[in-house]
This record gives sequence, C-alpha cells and structure tokens, in this order.
Amino acid sequence: MVRKFGIIAVALATLIISCSGKPVDRAKKNKHTITIAGSTSVMPFTEKLAEHFMIDNRKFVIDVQGGGSTAGIQACLNNTVNIGMSSRELKEEEKTLNTITLCYDGITIVVNPKNPLKALTLQQASRIFSGGITNWNQLGWINRKIDAVTREEGSGTRSSFEELVMKGSEIDDGIMVQDSNGSVKEVVATDPYAIGYISLGLVDQRVRPLTINGVVPSIRSIKVGRYKIVRPFIYVTNGELDEDGRKFVNFVLSKDGQNILKKEGLVGFYD
Amino acid sequence: MIKNPVKKEQFVKWVLVAFALSSLLFLFLIFIFILFEGLPLFHKIGLKNIIMGSKWAPTKGSFGIFPMIVSSFLVTFGALVIGAPMGLSCAIYLSEYSGKRMKMFLKPALELLAGIPSVVYGFLGVIYIVPLIRNYIGGSGFSLLATSIILGIMILPTIISISFDSLMSVPKTYREGSFAMGATKWQTIYKVIIPAAKSGILASFILGMGRAIGETMAVIMIAGNALRIPTSILDPLRTLTGNIALELAYATGDHRLGLFSTGVVLLVIIMILNYIANFGIKRKM
Amino acid sequence: MRINPRFTNKLVQLGLNFQAFFTVGILVIIVAIICFKGLPYVNFEFIFAYPQDMGRLGGIFPSIAGTILLALLSILFATPLGVGTAIFLTEYTKESIFTKIIRFGVESLAGIPSILYGLFGFIFFVIKLKMGWSLLAGVLTITIMILPTIIRTSEEAIKAVPRNLRIVSYSLSATKWETVTKVVLPSAIPGILTGIMLSVGRAVGETAAVIFTMGSSLRLPTSLMDSGRTMAVHFYILAREGISMEKAYGTALVLVVSILLINVLAYYLMNKAISKYS
Repeated sequence: MVRKFGIIAVALATLIISCSGKPVDRAKKNKHTITIAGSTSVMPFTEKLAEHFMIDNRKFVIDVQGGGSTAGIQACLNNTVNIGMSSRELKEEEKTLNTITLCYDGITIVVNPKNPLKALTLQQASRIFSGGITNWNQLGWINRKIDAVTREEGSGTRSSFEELVMKGSEIDDGIMVQDSNGSVKEVVATDPYAIGYISLGLVDQRVRPLTINGVVPSIRSIKVGRYKIVRPFIYVTNGELDEDGRKFVNFVLSKDGQNILKKEGLVGFYD
Repeated sequence: MIKNPVKKEQFVKWVLVAFALSSLLFLFLIFIFILFEGLPLFHKIGLKNIIMGSKWAPTKGSFGIFPMIVSSFLVTFGALVIGAPMGLSCAIYLSEYSGKRMKMFLKPALELLAGIPSVVYGFLGVIYIVPLIRNYIGGSGFSLLATSIILGIMILPTIISISFDSLMSVPKTYREGSFAMGATKWQTIYKVIIPAAKSGILASFILGMGRAIGETMAVIMIAGNALRIPTSILDPLRTLTGNIALELAYATGDHRLGLFSTGVVLLVIIMILNYIANFGIKRKM
Repeated sequence: MRINPRFTNKLVQLGLNFQAFFTVGILVIIVAIICFKGLPYVNFEFIFAYPQDMGRLGGIFPSIAGTILLALLSILFATPLGVGTAIFLTEYTKESIFTKIIRFGVESLAGIPSILYGLFGFIFFVIKLKMGWSLLAGVLTITIMILPTIIRTSEEAIKAVPRNLRIVSYSLSATKWETVTKVVLPSAIPGILTGIMLSVGRAVGETAAVIFTMGSSLRLPTSLMDSGRTMAVHFYILAREGISMEKAYGTALVLVVSILLINVLAYYLMNKAISKYS
C-alpha cells in the first residue's frame, strides 16, 4: 500500500519535472511568450492590450505581472522580463534602458460623489496631502476630518504626484496608504469623507474627479496641455526587443492599439 | 532495490534522519536568508535608527519602524482585549457546561473558523465593520478598532482550542472536591479549575498574540496603513506585516533591505512569543 | 452587598451560553453572507470559463486550477518529508537532545507567520534560485509552511497505534521497516490523512506567502516555471482593486465552501481515527 503510494508519487514527480524541464526552451518551441512586469497603473491597460493582441495572434502568450514601476524597471535591467512597465519618467541611473512611451495618463484627484466639493487649487491639493488642511470645513464643507489616501513608497503614481503636485513638500505620515490605484478608488468610493488620487483612466461614476486650478481633467484638456498633472506610461526594454516583443509593441502603437487605450480614458498619439 | 534486509534497515534509517533534519534545514534557511538580507541595513543605518526611528521614507533614506512596532503591539493587544474573554468563555462553556452532543457539534464548528482564509475576514471587515465604525463612531473606519475586532475574531479558534484542552486536563477529582464542599459550579470554575488551568490558558493567549501579530492580508485591508502612531482607536495604523506586504513587490535596493529589516524585527518578536508559549508555559502544564 | 452565589451561578451560565452561541453565530453569519451574496454568481460557466477583462467578466477557471496545482504539488512534496519525520521521531529513536532539537525546529516553523514565509520564498526561491514568480517557487514555499502540520498530526496518529500490534509484528520476525510500512502506517492512515487535508485547507486559503512567490498572473500555469493565481489571491485582487464585487463574492463562495468541505472531511477522518482505537 505504502510502496504503491511511493511509486505513484515518484512517477508523478518525474512526470512533472520532465514536463517542466527547461521550461524556457519548451515555451519557445511551442509558443511565443512575452513577459511584462511593472507599474500597477499600466498593468490593467497592458492586460487589455494583451487580451486583444492574443485574439489575433493565437500562438502568443503574454504574461502580465504587477510589481510597481521600480520593480518593473529593475526586472528589465536583470533581463527577468522582456518588457518593463513604468508610470513615471526614468531616473538618471536607469537611463541605459530603451523607452517606448505608449500613451499619457492624467492623475486625477478624486472624492466621493456625496462630497459637494468641485474644485481645488494645486496649492490646496498639496496642503491636503502634506497635512496643512485636515478638515473639510477648511474647504467650505462640514466639520469632518479629511480621510486622505495616498499610495505607498515605490509607486510610480506616488512619485509623479509628489513631483507634480507636492512640489517638494512631504506627504504627511498620518495619511492612509493603499497599494494600488484600484484600492485607493475603493476607499474613496466607499468613504464619503475620503480624497485620493488615481489614474484618469480608472475614473467612473463611483468617484468624482475635481478640477485643478479650474481645469477639468479629461483627454481633451490633457491633449491641449491645460491639465498639468500628467505622466507618461512607458514600456522599457533592455537593448533591442526580440521579434515577438516588437510585434506586440507595434500593435500597441498601431491605430487599433491606441484606440483601445483611448477608450480606456488615456491619451494616445492619434488624437 | 536493496535486497539485504540489514542494509535496507540502515538505508531507511538514514533517509528518515535526512527527512527529519529537513525541517531544521528549512528553519535554518529561513533565518539565514531573512537575516542575511535584513541585517546589513542595521549595520549601515544603525539599530537605534531603525528600531527607534519614527520616520519611514525608504526611498529617501529613513528606515524608522518604531511606529509600526508600536502599532503591531497595539492591534495585538486590541485583538486580545476582544478575543481573550470571548475565547476563554467559549472554552469554559465547552468544557464545563455543554453536553456531549453539543460538544461534538460546537468544537468542530468553532475550529472551522480557523479555516476561513484571512482575506475573507479582511474583505468582510472592509464591507461591514469599517462603514459601521465610520458612520456610528467616527473617523474613516480604517482604524485600530476595526483591525482589533477582526483580529480578535481571527484568534478565537487558537484561544478556544488551547484553553479548552487545558481546562479538560484538570483532573475530575478537583471538581468533585469542590462540589463536595458545597461550592456552586461557577465558584468551582472560578476558584479551582481556572487557577489549575492557568498556564495553558496563558499559553493560548500568547499563541493568539503570535497569530495576531503575524496576520497580514486582513490587516492591510482594514488598518488604513498610515505611518504614524495612532493617537486614538479610530486612527489608521500600519503594522510590521502590513509594511512588508504593501511595499515588498515594489521595493529595490535599500528599500527592499529595509523591508527585510522589518521582517527581522517581526521574526524576533514572534520567536520570543512562541518560546514563551511553548517552552515557558506549556511545559509547566 | 453580597450577591447570592446561586444567582451568580445562573447568571454566568446564561452569559457563557450566550457567548458560545454568539461565537458560533459569527461563523454562521460569515458563511451565510458569503453564500447569500455569492450564490447568484456561481454557475457552471463561472467555474469553467476563463476570466476576461482582468476578471470583470467570465469565470475563474485558471485560479481554480492554480489552487489545485499548488495544493496537490505541495502535498506531494510535504507528505513524504512530514510522514518520514514523524516515523523517525516515533519509531526510530528515543527521546534525546536530537529529537528535542527537531521538535523545537518543527514548533518554530509552525509559529512563523505566513508573510515571513512569503519574504523567505521571495528572496530564496524567486530571486536567489532565479525561479521568478512561478508555480514551483509557490509550491516549495507552501511545502515548508505546511510541513509542521503534517509532522504533528502524523506523529500523533502513529503514536495512537497500539503497542501490541508492533510487538506481534516483531514476533513474526518482521524488520522495523516492514513493521512500519505493513502494520503501523496502514493503521495510522486516517490520522495522517487528517493532517494532509488540514494542510490542503491551509494551502488553499493562503494569500501572503503565495502572492510573493507564485505571483498573480491570471493565466493557467502550464509548467512549473509559470506564474499563476490561486483563488485566494484572485479574490484578494478582485475585492481590493474593486474590479468586480459580484465576481469577488462568487470567488469567495467557491473558496470558502471548498475549504469548509476539506476541513469537514479532515474532521470526519479524525473521528474515524479516534473511534478506531477507543
């Protein structure tokens, strides 16, 4: 009985190990695999692009992972992924990588739909997140503490926000931290007193974007350069991409690919 | 296959020794790799600046985790305040009051609580407890209070099953002696049985603490993860585990080392708690 | 004022009754909420279809498959190691410093929280051994995590096998290994299976250790080096990112029901093991 179990176990183990032996070679033989990792802001859009891409290219498998901009760039430097995703500009020491800007994304400051506030100045926004403004009555609403939500250290959205909105002042330690655009949005969508910042592409009726210095965040206002809180979505590659990777990137930059991004609320090249 | 039975016995014995040693090897590897990654930063930044430092901004060179250490203990204490009385009274009910059939049904039912994944607890906390606190008590709801409630429920199975075992191991003669002297059931429990089972009950609390302090996914969903030491039970807070889970995927360089340093501190706290529970208290039972 | 002890007694009994049922009530409420909210979304398609649009549409098949793969492979590795250790501790050695050290190791492993397993698996398997986020890294991490449970339950199951069974076997001039494999283990199997089932339950419900070792790719893993997503991780992402509450509840239902079934099976086996010798 036990021996039988042992034999079955060993057989199974060998089967699995032999199946998976040198998985990279095997993957190359049967299918075209592209691994992409990095910014959680870019990830949902890359997944969408990959879904569409794979419909027409059935032999392709695109593996999209999160991890954050910094991790994506590092992974690309180490050659553990084909393409890294970043939602911020590269730093000096990362400039050895090739970059492909796929589109632009506005960072919008959002509140709950129950909140009557419509507009903020850039300075007010910065003071909310640096702890200068802590109560909604300072902005002309009820006497209630502001539940501000920020992103965690290492996030591309956070570092773009620090650069474009905070401009040198620090984000206060007492502010809540969530680790993705989606979870910031969830907090704002459920807490009437919350305020946070998310990618324009994720704004829907569950949260309300605020105008900044009188400018409505939209694809239009970004395109004409009036809305200033904008960061690029970037693919980074270490050296030249292989043929498979190039095929995907070409699709992303094509009219079809850009239309998909546009439908998601991002600003591409063709509009 | 080896035919000689004596040789085969020897062979089997050595294979089993190797298997038994594997647990030690794994423990060793876990320690080495977490310490190996975590300790260099203690050397570079200084033990005091990490453990007592109040500012966590790893991309800007500050690695203070003091607020998270305090927060971890606060949620653990909060969980104990909620979970310990509930758990202990359940254990007393099970061992002293419930009939055999009730026991057969209740004990497994309570232990099933332990099987519910922590993400489900966290999710239900976000959907039900957080809004309740926000609407009726105040603050954003993502708070020490919400985290303590959820963790309090999560440590119930640990507390119940270990206190129950220690209550059951009190000899029947103690009870009979006490009843013979005219004590009521509650007097017997309160004056005789609980003191006799004291060390096991204490061990259950400490193991419960270990579970609470190590809990991660539920905590990052409901704690709010702010970096400051909370000043009220309605303030958000970040635990040691939360810090690791929030930032690990994103971190590189010193930032990642900082998270491993957080892991080292957590590991030390957990080992101390487990040592007290397993080798300090249980042994006396 | 002196309170009548009889009155206190009654009061306490009432309070404890209430407390016990309140606690069970929590369990019932949790399961009820998940069932009530999740049931409308669980159907054949939900279980067997691939997710679309990051899980907003379609089913959860890859995550179910990922969960099963992770749990089965971890068990495959952990069972021989764990049962072997238990056999060694109970049959092949007397209590000594050596066994004490091993027991200390097992106890310590059992106390380490899952996030530290995640941290270790991430640095050791994913980074140092260059496995990347992969099924293999996840399996190895979970194997170590569930090992203490299997060792403990197997040890207890083996200890519960009556001594005279062994004596009979030895008197028939069986070797130790023959006695273990032909006499002791077959009698201990229900108990060992309990440990295995509990470990499966733990692997299925785990998130923190899995997300940092196996990653969170939504594809069906086709080799050990592929990344994948378990149901618990999928649920976490759906709920936390607010991708789809309907799908989140549906996933939670499948997840919780499978864990409950696994645990109920474990208790059933345990009762069978206990009744066998008492």
